[in-house]
Amino acid sequence: MTIIIAILVIGIIGLIFGALLGYASVKFKVEGDPLAEQLDALLPQTQCGQCGYPGCKPYAEAVANGEAINKCAPGGDDTIKKIADLMGVEVQPLDGNHETDNSPKVAFIIEEDCIGCTKCIQACPVDAIIGATKQMHTVIIDECTGCDLCVAPCPVDCIEMRPISQTTRNWQWDLNSIPLVQLETTSQGKEV
Amino acid sequence: MTDYLLLLVGTVLVNNFVLVKFLGLCPFMGVSSKTETAIGMSYATTFVMTLASLLSYLVKTYVLSPLGLDYLTTMTFILVIAVVVQFTEMVVHKTSANLYRSLGIFLPLITTNCAVLGVALLNMYEQHNFLESIIYGFSAALGFSLVLVMFSAMREKLANADVPNPFKGSAIAMITAGLMSLAFMGFTGLVKF
Repeated sequence: MTIIIAILVIGIIGLIFGALLGYASVKFKVEGDPLAEQLDALLPQTQCGQCGYPGCKPYAEAVANGEAINKCAPGGDDTIKKIADLMGVEVQPLDGNHETDNSPKVAFIIEEDCIGCTKCIQACPVDAIIGATKQMHTVIIDECTGCDLCVAPCPVDCIEMRPISQTTRNWQWDLNSIPLVQLETTSQGKEV
Repeated sequence: MTDYLLLLVGTVLVNNFVLVKFLGLCPFMGVSSKTETAIGMSYATTFVMTLASLLSYLVKTYVLSPLGLDYLTTMTFILVIAVVVQFTEMVVHKTSANLYRSLGIFLPLITTNCAVLGVALLNMYEQHNFLESIIYGFSAALGFSLVLVMFSAMREKLANADVPNPFKGSAIAMITAGLMSLAFMGFTGLVKF
């Protein structure tokens, strides 16, 4: 008899705790992976796929799950340093397999050769190529991230990557803007 | 009031769980290489210890003792601790993803931290009442945190120190822990019970 009571008591205690944990797991459910979100914000968002993942978000998720942090070629050493800070690991040099010429480039379509197959349009991750079937395509330079994903699909090899020289028009002023704070005005006798 | 204060000081300094009773040595050696992680671990352990000693007191007094099931205490306490740790893990995961990652495996391993079960069992053996149990649990965790954070700060300094080759790594950490323990033994007699 005592054994039955003992088993019952342990069972009931276990049930109560189990219910409590079940409730807590619903209440404290973590939406997505907050770490992957933070990593994604650090990555350059070129969606170039040079890391071997289909885009920046998948790579961010992979890093959150323990993938090497040094595979982002467009981000370079700066991004690796930031990721290392966030993950609390050592800074590593850029992975040799993913090391590429990092000078800014844009895709250029040699328009005489273009047959209007739209294959490069489908490959472009940032929709920087405009054109229609059997119409000549062209690249919107301001949108192009220089990921060179459109080069491979082109059947007539009419796309080439051209370096862009730095001019006053495309110079990126990477200034950390000083955030403006709206101070509360202490109005004297005047309703705001 | 004085009794409670004496219990607190006595548990933190004189009968320190780590350095005098030698409980909870695993996280003491394992999570002490970085002060930041050590502080996070301290918060988590403090939360778990206090809540576990409170819950185990309630379960023991209102469920096990009236039914004459005192022989089940150890098992039930482990159940209670496991639940509290799981709960803490969920809360930490929700509130601080960074801390969750840096604590890693040591967070669920609080379950097997013998200091937590030790508090619950010592509460029972020393027949503490409800308030005493909570204070004992809290001050044990406070003592654990104090020693852990102090030790991790020392280890950070040691990382840059010119340690002789044979003592590098864990060896010097063990010696440091021993010397700290020696120092804490000096508190014996601070509080007369």
